Amino acid sequence: MEIIGERINGMFKDIKEAIIAQDKTAIQEWAVKQTENGANWLDVNTGASAADQFAAMKWLIETIQEVVDTPLCLDSTNYDLIEEGLKLCKKPALINSCHADRYKIERVFPMAIQYNAKVIGLAMSETSGIPKTAEDRVALAMELVAAADEFGLPLQDLYIDPLILPVNVAQDHPVEAMETIRQIKLLSDPPAKTVVGLSNVSQKCNNRKLINRTMLAMLMACGLDAAIVDANDDELMDTAAAARILMNKEIYCDSYADLFKSKKI
Amino acid sequence: MPVQIIKERNSGKVLNVVLGATKEQGGTRTHTITVGGQTSLPFLHFEGEVPNKPVIAMEVVDRVPDDWSDELKAALGDVLNDPAAWAKKCVEEFGAELIYLRLQSADPELGDSSPEKCIETVKSVLTAVGVPLAVVGCGIDEVDNKVISAVAEACAGENLLLGHATQENYNTLTAACMVHKHTLIANSPLDINICKQLNILITEMGLPIERIIMDPSIGGLGYGMEYAYSIGERGRIGTLQGDKMLALPTLGTVGFEAWKAKEANVGVDEFPGWGEQGERGVLWEAVTATSLLQSGLDILVMRHPEAVRLVRKNIEDLMKPSSL
Repeated sequence: MEIIGERINGMFKDIKEAIIAQDKTAIQEWAVKQTENGANWLDVNTGASAADQFAAMKWLIETIQEVVDTPLCLDSTNYDLIEEGLKLCKKPALINSCHADRYKIERVFPMAIQYNAKVIGLAMSETSGIPKTAEDRVALAMELVAAADEFGLPLQDLYIDPLILPVNVAQDHPVEAMETIRQIKLLSDPPAKTVVGLSNVSQKCNNRKLINRTMLAMLMACGLDAAIVDANDDELMDTAAAARILMNKEIYCDSYADLFKSKKI
Repeated sequence: MPVQIIKERNSGKVLNVVLGATKEQGGTRTHTITVGGQTSLPFLHFEGEVPNKPVIAMEVVDRVPDDWSDELKAALGDVLNDPAAWAKKCVEEFGAELIYLRLQSADPELGDSSPEKCIETVKSVLTAVGVPLAVVGCGIDEVDNKVISAVAEACAGENLLLGHATQENYNTLTAACMVHKHTLIANSPLDINICKQLNILITEMGLPIERIIMDPSIGGLGYGMEYAYSIGERGRIGTLQGDKMLALPTLGTVGFEAWKAKEANVGVDEFPGWGEQGERGVLWEAVTATSLLQSGLDILVMRHPEAVRLVRKNIEDLMKPSSL
């Protein structure tokens, strides 16, 4: 299970202020804290408030890489911004994200191959929006899988996101997302990986953390490979560790939860 | 119809562990031995790499092993009261690749040898042979903590293989291995969960993981060998699937287990249908060894020279890649 730490995102107030003030403290603290608690990747999103997005992305990447060597997940809808970021990453990065629209695929997949990066592919397009059914999501996932094959992106480097909406406004979606993940695993051999932005499922809900970690365990049982999460939610991380044991992904030992965070598995 | 060979894709690999240290490396051994490194289940050369062959360590005891069968003692000859001569004979005549020295006389009831006396014995064996050495205590934690720590200090830099660390008693020996640069035998009681947990506990103390050899315990033929086999296999499959905290070479005390069996020891007069005891005992040990080789054992601790010869031949054959 690959954990992508969500915290370095300009949508959060402390990160937004740090970017504006060019204060490295909060950024580096979160980089270390997330890494130490088991994050395999760190999401990097400049947010909307920075006047110069390119300068902000460059500064964030350099600031993070001063303190950790955790690979980065570059999060933007602006592909030129991502490309500038890829040039600075010391380790192969993860591009977050690419819709299943042909013109976006043509922009992103060759760039991923050029920079030895991996790609999060969204099971949605501009015309479809977020599909309601698993069937429609899988059809878009298939477009991404076929494109990976066409462009020469290894399937293990493609992380397909079935997309999750808040459960209080779209309660019929989580089960469709689960089914989508199951079916993606049958589309190809080797199968593409799967990823979700987990916290979205509990937006504006009561007891968000409970919903998040329950959803994570259920998705893992369907074959989920990675998730963008609050890596410092200890109960969530422990749930992921326990799920791996229950799925027989690794051999039980008493330190299974600590071992998961230590990334020795 | 052509047969398609199905190959597993393994992501994990057994770590290489080096035993012994040469003069340049701070020890006195004529050579080192590396075990581990496999990327497939045992001997599946077509599927992955099997870079290092399993090795045979012959067991030497620091007191005359009265409880061993007469057949076994006769086969080893008149060296049983001299560990150095015994070790030398094992290496030069019987081809032992390692010596596994058991300091049994440290047991208060079996000689109560002092740590100083034990050090003397270990040094005499180191002088007599050039191969890497494993040294284990008498099996009583309080005694072994003193004796093995003293041996570790007196032989600093030799990269001895020292035992045994267990889940209940690992601190002292782990520290001794860290400070004096030795490798540790981590012994678990036929329990893969404890086997893994012990590796975690030891590495958390700071001993590098590639300085651990796992002894997951075995049973002899007819006495739980199948269970030991399945544990060994489960650990190796876990390793190949990427479980880094189990990715270590393993050791099995084959001779000890096989010669505990009634079938290895009783005479033909008692059970005429079982055949001659001499041959039977040898085969009991050899079959235990060759069976467990297939579960992934890397170091076989053996006793009878003829069983050693048979198993060495088996290892040579298994290390030849098949034509597939």
